[in-house]
Amino acid sequence: MRTSVAVRAGVIAVAAIVIAVLPFAMSDYNRTQGANVGVFFMAILGLNIVTGYTGQISIGHGAFMAIGGYTTAILTHGHGWNDVATLPISALVGFAAGVVVGVPALRFRGAYLALVTFAVALAVPQIAKNYSGFTGGTEGLQLPQHTGLWLYGTAWTCAAILFVLAWLLLRARTGRALRAVRDSEVAAASSGVSLAVYKTAAFGVSAAFAAVAGSIYVLVISFVNPDVFGLTLSLYILIGAVVGGLGSLWGVLVGAAFVQLLPIGLTSSHGLSSQSVPVIFGAIVIVVMALVPRGAADLLRIVAALSSRKSQDNPLGLEGR
Amino acid sequence: MAPLLALRDVDARYGPIHALHGVTLTVGEGEIVALLGANGAGKTTTLRAISGTVRRTGMLEFAGRPLGRRGPESVARLGIAHVPEGRGTFSELTVWENLRLGAYVRRGSLKADTARVLQYFPWIEARRNQQAGTLSGGEQQMLALARAVMQRPKLLLLDEPSLGLAPLVVAEIFRIVQELVKREGATVLLVEQNARSSLAVSDRAYVLEVGRVAVEGSSDELAENEDIRRSYLGY
Amino acid sequence: MAVSQLTRTLPTTVRIKWTGWVVPAILAGGCIFLVVGSIQSALFAQQTVSGLANGGIYASLAVALVLIYRATEVINFAQGALATFTTFVAWQLLQWGLPYWPTFVLTLLIAFAFGATVELVAIRPVERRGNVLTVVIASIGLLILVEGAVGWIWKPTVRFMPSPFPLHFWNVGGVAFSSQDIGTIGVSIASVVVLWAFFRFTKLGLAMRAAAVRPHAARLVGVRVSWLLSLGWGLAATLGAIAGLLVAPNPSVQLSPSMMDGILIYAFAAAVLGGLESSIGAVVAGLAIGVVLSLLGSYVSWVTPQLQLPAAFVLMLIVLLVKPSGLFGRTTVRKV
Repeated sequence: MRTSVAVRAGVIAVAAIVIAVLPFAMSDYNRTQGANVGVFFMAILGLNIVTGYTGQISIGHGAFMAIGGYTTAILTHGHGWNDVATLPISALVGFAAGVVVGVPALRFRGAYLALVTFAVALAVPQIAKNYSGFTGGTEGLQLPQHTGLWLYGTAWTCAAILFVLAWLLLRARTGRALRAVRDSEVAAASSGVSLAVYKTAAFGVSAAFAAVAGSIYVLVISFVNPDVFGLTLSLYILIGAVVGGLGSLWGVLVGAAFVQLLPIGLTSSHGLSSQSVPVIFGAIVIVVMALVPRGAADLLRIVAALSSRKSQDNPLGLEGR
Repeated sequence: MAPLLALRDVDARYGPIHALHGVTLTVGEGEIVALLGANGAGKTTTLRAISGTVRRTGMLEFAGRPLGRRGPESVARLGIAHVPEGRGTFSELTVWENLRLGAYVRRGSLKADTARVLQYFPWIEARRNQQAGTLSGGEQQMLALARAVMQRPKLLLLDEPSLGLAPLVVAEIFRIVQELVKREGATVLLVEQNARSSLAVSDRAYVLEVGRVAVEGSSDELAENEDIRRSYLGY
Repeated sequence: MAVSQLTRTLPTTVRIKWTGWVVPAILAGGCIFLVVGSIQSALFAQQTVSGLANGGIYASLAVALVLIYRATEVINFAQGALATFTTFVAWQLLQWGLPYWPTFVLTLLIAFAFGATVELVAIRPVERRGNVLTVVIASIGLLILVEGAVGWIWKPTVRFMPSPFPLHFWNVGGVAFSSQDIGTIGVSIASVVVLWAFFRFTKLGLAMRAAAVRPHAARLVGVRVSWLLSLGWGLAATLGAIAGLLVAPNPSVQLSPSMMDGILIYAFAAAVLGGLESSIGAVVAGLAIGVVLSLLGSYVSWVTPQLQLPAAFVLMLIVLLVKPSGLFGRTTVRKV
């Protein structure tokens, strides 16, 4: 199921051109929506890095987005930083947060990371509400406005950079992981400390991705308050990842577009109430999991490899299909 | 008289592995039939095919009715007790709870069954509340037999009851099996690697090789036939 | 399917040697502390009791989580959402004029059927094809679906849910305890005890225990393992319904689609602290979390209501780091 390099390169090229050209044919509002797709793109990318490396899932990436978003907001609003300049800082802060969460949670198999990140997703908005002097509390912080084009461009430039970064990271790792498996299980196990370190670092990187996504999101809506990054956001990131193919880089665009655009489509053109969106999304997740489509198939391969304890962090299924 | 259990051309697979190739055998009521053969010959798979634990094709009939695609829960209700490899003891539960589970498919009072079980295994009374996993290997095997007795099965499938046990214990277990057949009217299909003891206790035997029946006949004949013993039974 | 958590050894001093007496000793010490404090201070006593009441709710939901985990190794993320749904159903029944206690009983029955049906329709198809993680993801999908359904059917406005217990204060030695708190403690403990008795003394309960630890052997004695799985989900949903009905009247919670989100975290923390396989552990841990958070909230000024949840989360993290198998769990090292 490995599509040839040429085909993959071709697909990327086409997608890149389309993305680059599209905004010139869109209204300002649609460009903003496009920027949001870019935001989800980066967040889902981050989530897939976790799944690729650890075979676990995170439902707390909304919280890492919050961390990044607030970093940007506080620096821009309170300290007069240039907004784009805050992005690297936001990535660093996100990375640190990811490491802090990952250390205890990644030591276990199973759904522990999901559990811990679920708690993080709920806890972070509470912390933000609590330290309102710092974060502006429920009233929130205002940020300078930008044009739809600027937002679109910034979002997708970052998305492209992160995509390449993710691809490089996973490629480099594959080689070493495969070697670890090939040599011997004992050797792989005796380097147990470094396996945990790699996993935690991977989680940190993925949180950094989400943080950058959060920063851009905050710029898109030019506002931040704790409710912006609720549990729902984390869940929607997971949905996007599931639909696009868990652990896979190539479906991320599909997943991001799905999660951002479907609700709008449902509510505006089909007249369904906004309350119906989670019902439909939830049902889709269950159906996807039950039918084992390409997304779940990749996950299964990863987890099967992990559960047979032969390769703890072999990011299988990340080389495309 | 129609046999209690009849298999004809039974095939079974574990995914891509084809474990049984057209196994044909019968077990008559009141008989003890031994199923012998080397490791991997398909003995355990045959029992699993009967109890419905593995997917199989072919004809399987019990008491004149086809077993069809029944799973183990349903096969147990027909009166077939399968004591699997490794005994299937519920280690985390007590001895008494294990017995109670043995009688799961039976309704009504278990007093009579319990009394019978204690006749065969009097030591159980004192150890009722002991965790089953802390029993010795021999005791666990006897507990597994006791569980089967509680079920009052028409057919008892025993998978390698002598595995890992001292000869004295093995002899005791086989003695109890014979008593069960004599007094309870049970029928037994016994899978064993230990050919000598099982031939001594059984009426007939089949020898499996690579998923097929290679040799069959009365146990006495097989035990006396030196060629067969050396080629198939290892002694 | 016993707990199989491989503890990764941290190459630092974080590994503490836990002998059998440490945990009970800590608990005993805690109890003594609570009793002494309650005698000394009325506020302390009140906060302890209301903490126990909250803890009872966390414990009920935690036992529901443990129930499902023990049978399938699946952490059911939708447990809280299912409870929310059944609580809204109860509210609706009350709106239609049904008196409270019949509503309570009817809701429990509905919850049981609902839980069993959900397992059959949404979880089993996933279980058949996938592994534990896909089922967990499906449970997250279920969470999204059910909470969304609640919002869709009943609109996400916050509602008032009447309490089963009359508004009354019991005066013991000069301290006022609300009947809501006492009643909550009573009902949660009672429901967990009933469940325990069910597992311990009935044939069906025994079969469920057997199916949870050795499904293959259970099948061989005629236990219909898949039916029992549905039964387990039904029971778990019933426990969740009780938790929901007890917590909804609480003015700081109130009836809303997301009302169980935070409580689910506390329940997770309790289940994990208790070792994920032990109901007793979950109950004790749940009560402990309730009391600790309540006391922290009253006596430590910087622990505001908003910080309670992060505090519970940090607690869970610390326990995971130090004793990964939970307070009551057995550290079973999986054979490689």
